[in-house]
Amino acid sequence: METVKKVCQGDIRAASRLIRDIEDKISSAHAKIKKLFAHTGKSYIIGITGAPGAGKSTLTDALIAEVRKKNKTIGVLAVDPTSPFSGGAILGDRIRMQRHAEDEGVFIRSLATRGALGGLSQAVGEAIHVLEAMGKDIILIETVGIGQQEIDIINHAHSVIVVLVPGMGDEVQTMKAGIMEIADVFVINKADRSGAKQLHTELTSMLNCAPAAPDSWRPPIVMVGNVYKPPAFAEKIAELEQKIEEHHAYLQTSGKLVERIYRKAMVEINDALKAAILEPVMNRLRESGEMQAITERVKNREADPHSIAEEIAKRFLK
Amino acid sequence: MPERKIRVMVAKPGLDGHDRGARVLARCFRDAGFEVIYTGCHQTAEQIAAAAIQEDVDLVGLSCLSGAHRALFPRVVELLREKDAADITVIGGGIIPEQDFPALYDAGIKAIFTPGASLDSIVEWIKTNIKPRA
Repeated sequence: METVKKVCQGDIRAASRLIRDIEDKISSAHAKIKKLFAHTGKSYIIGITGAPGAGKSTLTDALIAEVRKKNKTIGVLAVDPTSPFSGGAILGDRIRMQRHAEDEGVFIRSLATRGALGGLSQAVGEAIHVLEAMGKDIILIETVGIGQQEIDIINHAHSVIVVLVPGMGDEVQTMKAGIMEIADVFVINKADRSGAKQLHTELTSMLNCAPAAPDSWRPPIVMVGNVYKPPAFAEKIAELEQKIEEHHAYLQTSGKLVERIYRKAMVEINDALKAAILEPVMNRLRESGEMQAITERVKNREADPHSIAEEIAKRFLK
Repeated sequence: MPERKIRVMVAKPGLDGHDRGARVLARCFRDAGFEVIYTGCHQTAEQIAAAAIQEDVDLVGLSCLSGAHRALFPRVVELLREKDAADITVIGGGIIPEQDFPALYDAGIKAIFTPGASLDSIVEWIKTNIKPRA
């Protein structure tokens, strides 16, 4: 198949078009992904997540430069939110990364969430496969600006960087479940602002409370200051990149990398099952007009959703 | 059935920093249901063409208020053609004297919008002229 061959040779046009087909749910994309799959699984995948405006895109830009110093190739997927009203989106992460636009070793693609709630886009899993097949050494995924619970990134990335900024609440915030639990590396960004030291102390005491298994990984905290003070900033980015590499090495020696890859495989099967079973059923219900009828019945309390789902399942799952 | 979403890029080539118009348009395209990649100011034609291909957009909208449109707009079209991406439509806007229109159309710019053009007319032009590929 032409597209697959081109993607594997690193063809940018073919790759970006295939990602578009995945996003738009064009049925031919499935067949192409099937063929690509054998060429995937070799890239190291890093996730960057944090609140809106925390500095994810700027850190991504700096990490791209750091990775390129080592002559590794990199693919970036940057996710921004879709409007729930118009369906449109402003994809603006790329602004911070445009200096890499002409570097052949860097491929940057913006994705809109298109209704996904976990901080990513539904297309992200397969878009990663496309970048892997292109032969990228590193893949960096930047989530949408998130709150406390949008943590789908752990299903896709090997190492997760959580970016925090000072001034977002007291120490109770660091104790909460969700986002604070998924970090492999913490960045306290804008660390030249007031409150950064306090945040560092709170984060440290939170980490001190974690049960210390002998082979467990303690997420390091990297304090990154003002991007407009280049030498100090660059030093911190080098430190961040070093911490990510240490985490990568830890995952390999501890056997945890295999666990993460296993988890990722489970998620991929889950998604594929939904696409293979749920979506065709939903499509048929919509096309036949039955969806409207059953929604009407549930609305009028003439039937309950469970009974309807069971009846539909009996019809389709034989 | 799946529906193709229209993807557009709004870009400002050259040394012009007047980005109010570009931002208003980006926002208006968002509200029209398009996915908009905004690349910011001070872009070279090379950066714009490379980004357009990586982002697989249907359309590039160039904004220029500095008078350099005759050099910069055609260069973007030329680069897209060189990279086998002639199917990406390029339109332009900004402070562009009418006597420059023919040269820009000849160079492959498909539409030009100048001050006074309504947002609706630009969205309408895109909806009429951009057919998402099969």
